[in-house]
Amino acid sequence: MTRMNRADYAAIAQWVPQDARVLDLGCGDGELLNFLRNERGATGYGVEIAADNILACVKNGVNVIQMDLESGLSGFQANSFDCVILSQTLQAVRKTELMVREMLRVGREAIVTFPNFGYWRHRMHVLRGHMPVSRDLPYQWFDTPNVHLCTLADFEAFCGQLGVRILERMVLDDGQTINVLPNLRGSLAIYRVKAGK
Amino acid sequence: MPNDLNTSYNSIGIVTPQVARFDTSFRFKSGAVLDGFQLMYETYGTLNATRSNAVLVCHALNASHHVAGQYNDDPKSIGWWDNMVGPGKPIDTNRFFVVGVNNLGGCHGSTGPASIDPRTGKPFGSSFPVVTVDDWVAAQAMLADHLGVERWAAVMGGSLGGMQALQWTIAFPQRIRHALIIAAAPKLSAQNIAFNEVARQAITTDPDFHGGDFYAHGVIPTRGLRLARMLGHITYLSDDAMMEKFGRVLREGVVGFHFDVDFEIESYLRHQADKFAESFDANTYLRITKALDYFDPAHEHGGNLSAALSNAKASYLIMSFTSDWRFSPGRSKEIVQALMDKKHTVSYVEVDAPHGHDAFLMDNPHYHGCVAAYMDNVAKEVAL
Repeated sequence: MTRMNRADYAAIAQWVPQDARVLDLGCGDGELLNFLRNERGATGYGVEIAADNILACVKNGVNVIQMDLESGLSGFQANSFDCVILSQTLQAVRKTELMVREMLRVGREAIVTFPNFGYWRHRMHVLRGHMPVSRDLPYQWFDTPNVHLCTLADFEAFCGQLGVRILERMVLDDGQTINVLPNLRGSLAIYRVKAGK
Repeated sequence: MPNDLNTSYNSIGIVTPQVARFDTSFRFKSGAVLDGFQLMYETYGTLNATRSNAVLVCHALNASHHVAGQYNDDPKSIGWWDNMVGPGKPIDTNRFFVVGVNNLGGCHGSTGPASIDPRTGKPFGSSFPVVTVDDWVAAQAMLADHLGVERWAAVMGGSLGGMQALQWTIAFPQRIRHALIIAAAPKLSAQNIAFNEVARQAITTDPDFHGGDFYAHGVIPTRGLRLARMLGHITYLSDDAMMEKFGRVLREGVVGFHFDVDFEIESYLRHQADKFAESFDANTYLRITKALDYFDPAHEHGGNLSAALSNAKASYLIMSFTSDWRFSPGRSKEIVQALMDKKHTVSYVEVDAPHGHDAFLMDNPHYHGCVAAYMDNVAKEVAL
């Protein structure tokens, strides 16, 4: 999974309350949790499956729980976190709907980030007759872990169907905030969501 | 040359066990009382001036205080966790002061059923109290006092040793910074207890057991001990590991149409059984298996493990092994979940290893790497 750049960290950090309890799903080497601990006094856990990332988290002094996200979050109590983060992992999750429901069960809010498949460079790849390969989507079609790529429009429709309320959205490209034509010009989407009514 | 051997193993080298004598009475959880007792222990590394670098290593069913290094007179006497504890090893004795202790009721020098009861001048035998994990931890705390250790930087153990580390965080929350709980469980399952019961029956039905007072008869219940050890050993290995190591290899190349050893696995089990029966006390075996069976810190909290852990202050590293079916990863996850429910500081590592329960004793770069990384942070925390 691609690592996020600092602009993404800052965007996420501003949505994480001071001293928040955070669950970072697919936490990689624990860099984001470390960042949130330093910036927001956040505590909590990262969830990760890859052995090398687990070791990196232990080295970083980040609480990491080794488990397969696909097996669900049944080990976590309802509303036990202020914020559940799924950064650049949504597109690799198989049971997407279950994952989002579970995130909003264990967390009061969730922050979801994913590479925007509708980004103009990706569209150009498709126009030229090829699957996109870019910094945010660095894989070839045959070796990609990404099974559920989507655009901003797709994700927002999905939230609507699921009854998930979008509280805030930030769209970035190369670290810059994109406000005009985000589904075309943004390469990375960051959403703050909660269970809706 | 023992010393050359040490260098090549990067071992702590020659070690010498010590005895701590306690002349105060000790009340067991069962209510039984000992007027005094001794604990056999070893230490590796140096206790620093602030006494902040002490690590207690708890042993499981059949090990002892001899965790690392070797004895002067026996180059084969390498400690049971020598790959974990030593200079430059995951528990680095250049930084930490490591303590191994033979538990109360043991048979490696600490007061146990084979010790002489001062009231009778004869071995305790059947009269030695049934011990619990709580009792062991209470006795270990007395040893900590004896050594001047107010607070352990870490208490660690595998299997039953991990249960002691867990119990430390519950019984003495102020006296332990970190618990490393490896291949353990928060309590035994019915299947676990069933295995223990078969082992105990093997011992207690051995005609040489004499109700536990076999010492006076000049015999030991070798048959029972051998069976208990064989059974236990099967549960420590995975099916795959056993198949990998022994397969269906025949000792003589052909089957013998007899009931002696045909297969290598039979030979191996017999060898392990013989070794064990020579060195282990049957009464201790009974008591340790009972301690396992009785361990259930959640019991006093209505079966709620997280409630049992509500006063704990330690940080935890919980580790399990994928092929361990005696205490499967799911059992470790029960501990992890209870800790997370109470918002404790915990990391959980599930090591991909084929060896079964015994994986906690084996070399595994990822396993040892995680322990080393964790202990590196512990060292920083206690200002080493």
